[in-house]
Amino acid sequence: MADPELKRLSLHDLHVALGGKMVPFAGYEMPVQYPAGVMKEHLHTRSAAGVFDVSHMGQVILRPKTDMVALALAFEAMMPVDVLGLAEGRQRYGLFTNDTGGIIDDLMFANCGDHLFVVVNAACKEADVAHMRACLSDVATVEYIENRVLLALQGPQAGEVLARLVPKVFAMRFMDVARPVWNGCEIWVSRSGYTGEDGFEISLPESSAEAFAKTLLDQPEVMPIGLGARDSLRLEAGLCLYGHDIETMTSPVEASLNWALQKSRRIGDRAGGFPGADRILAEFAAGPKRLRVGLRPEGRAPMREGTELFTIDGDRIGIVTSGGFGPSVEAPVAMGYVFASSATVGTVLLGEVRGKRLAVTVCDLPFYPTRYKR
Amino acid sequence: MKYTEDHEWLRVDGDLVVVGITEHAATQLGDVVFVELPETETMVASGDEVVVIESVKAASDILAPVDGEIVEVNLKLLDAPGLVNDDPLGAAWFFKIKVDDLAVLDQFMDEDQYNDLIA
Repeated sequence: MADPELKRLSLHDLHVALGGKMVPFAGYEMPVQYPAGVMKEHLHTRSAAGVFDVSHMGQVILRPKTDMVALALAFEAMMPVDVLGLAEGRQRYGLFTNDTGGIIDDLMFANCGDHLFVVVNAACKEADVAHMRACLSDVATVEYIENRVLLALQGPQAGEVLARLVPKVFAMRFMDVARPVWNGCEIWVSRSGYTGEDGFEISLPESSAEAFAKTLLDQPEVMPIGLGARDSLRLEAGLCLYGHDIETMTSPVEASLNWALQKSRRIGDRAGGFPGADRILAEFAAGPKRLRVGLRPEGRAPMREGTELFTIDGDRIGIVTSGGFGPSVEAPVAMGYVFASSATVGTVLLGEVRGKRLAVTVCDLPFYPTRYKR
Repeated sequence: MKYTEDHEWLRVDGDLVVVGITEHAATQLGDVVFVELPETETMVASGDEVVVIESVKAASDILAPVDGEIVEVNLKLLDAPGLVNDDPLGAAWFFKIKVDDLAVLDQFMDEDQYNDLIA
């Protein structure tokens, strides 16, 4: 079974011991589910807390050669996002764009005072590191970190659980970052995640990771959660999966990510100056031709990625990019791209599933209310 | 009870064959969230795709194991697809099929042979 091409997580043996079903994902053997199964893992994360191993993602430190301002401005030249205005101790969502305004990757970055800490998608991480080295080498060193584990602890009880082990995290708010100490080991904590729930992402050295993960799993509220539930949780939260809902042809405006494009990059002396600015700013002003919307199929049949969408009159107007069953919504949910003329909330469309055209309604995102600790 | 290589079980009920999926198959599928059943009074041939099962992971089909007429389907599964995981060998049967000759079942595996297959 073991594919020599696949990398193993530092905590591989722990996942196997927990009964994790390991599958290939983004070049790694990853736990897709544990014995509880996707449905129970999903619902447990929404009602208590779940721990996810997301060590396949790329962790990168950008250390300025001279000063943080020069680094922030150079980083801003890579994406339509305000880096300079991000306060120390805060994290923000970002998007690398290409010259045609498409998305190379989405990412999280944090201002840690004397450097930026960046987390990128697993499948893109090598290309992202090369891209950052090409764009930032005059002003920063780009350190790709390979010896730290990244865990996510997500759910309404995540705050209580982590504060029991690391009291300093109690005061953190959504998108804060901090570096408290657990058991003599500095851990890098952000109050964020990708499930729509309150929670944390925790980076820590491989040498402490197993003890820390086991301590988390010993807490009565906590279950291990696999990639399967991670996908249904992020889908219900209306969050994009890179390579599916966003990719090199889709712009941030088409992806309905206008909230991620701060005003300082659209208007004033730092407006533009990022790859694809002409297209992105034009679409922001005039509205895109097609855009990402939420979709609620009327029956119980899930509309999965690739499902073609039609108007009631039979014109093909879009496609589903992520879809499945939402365990907390208790119904199928999907996201996809449709022409702007069909994107109004409440519009009834048809999705073709196994040759049958089934009704599906355009709806607001998220499908399940987010519960971040603001 | 007889078993197919496609992990279906077949149980004789009078002159009908009741068809469901094995516990092994249900576990492999994961949590079932949607079941699409055939129309009753339809003639099917062995190998026809007659049922669609969608789990949280993916869609898969159940094939007609034998030639015959679908005479009854388990409508409970439409509202409670999770029965497939909770009681695959009992409450979660999918359809009943009328065959010309029950001897057609002789070609399928018995429980020991099936257990060897999935071992």
